[in-house]
Amino acid sequence: MGALDATPPRDVQAPPVLDPRDEITRYLSPMRAFAISLTRNIAAADDLVQDTIVKAWTNIEKFQPGTNMQAWLFTILRNTFYSDRRKHRREVPDPEGLHAASLFELPAHDGRLAFNDFQRAFDQLSPEHREVLILVGASGFSTEQTAEMMGVATGTVKSRTSRARKRLAELMGLREGEEFTSHADRATQAVMSRSGQYVA
Amino acid sequence: MQQEMAEDPKKSRLTEQIDENLKRVYDDVLKEQVPDRFKLLLAQLKDKDKARDN
Repeated sequence: MGALDATPPRDVQAPPVLDPRDEITRYLSPMRAFAISLTRNIAAADDLVQDTIVKAWTNIEKFQPGTNMQAWLFTILRNTFYSDRRKHRREVPDPEGLHAASLFELPAHDGRLAFNDFQRAFDQLSPEHREVLILVGASGFSTEQTAEMMGVATGTVKSRTSRARKRLAELMGLREGEEFTSHADRATQAVMSRSGQYVA
Repeated sequence: MQQEMAEDPKKSRLTEQIDENLKRVYDDVLKEQVPDRFKLLLAQLKDKDKARDN
């Protein structure tokens, strides 16, 4: 009798139990973008994403449902990156491999050359500076979320962001008040006016 | 309290341009196809768990 009572009727489906691990797949692209920002090396970035996936999968009980899974994954990713860096010899950034793809792109009218200059300067920043700039400036995380992921105070995020911006501008040979395009040579102007014709 | 330069509503043109380029560095990767190895890895992890549970 008891055994019969415990058997649910066949046509009543139990509500699907959501496995947070199934959500990981949604964040593969952002994880990869963040990993490439940290390593500036596609092969190293993909290995880092792979390690992050395995760690997240096997430690899923540490994820608190209802909290931001992307932030949780990013935290694992950056902690793995820094601990690998302490343990092993440093990965060599391979910016040429990264930028090679962009050579096939058509020049954009909004300053293709300036973007190339930007990428070269970005490659030369420390990973800590690249990290804070990408998290705050590009990935859409708030200062508070960034601070939590990095395990530092929000004030540290703000001061580090400010130093990273200054360093980036220095690497590009720019000072406050100057703009990228004013630094670029006449070729940029030529490209811009040419594409201007197409638009017009 | 530190000066919050980065959150100044009158963001400098330089800061704006840096942010535009940072977004482009990040978004360019988002637009790329995710390598198959990650989906394969997730499938393998899932299979391994299933095998263990049975």
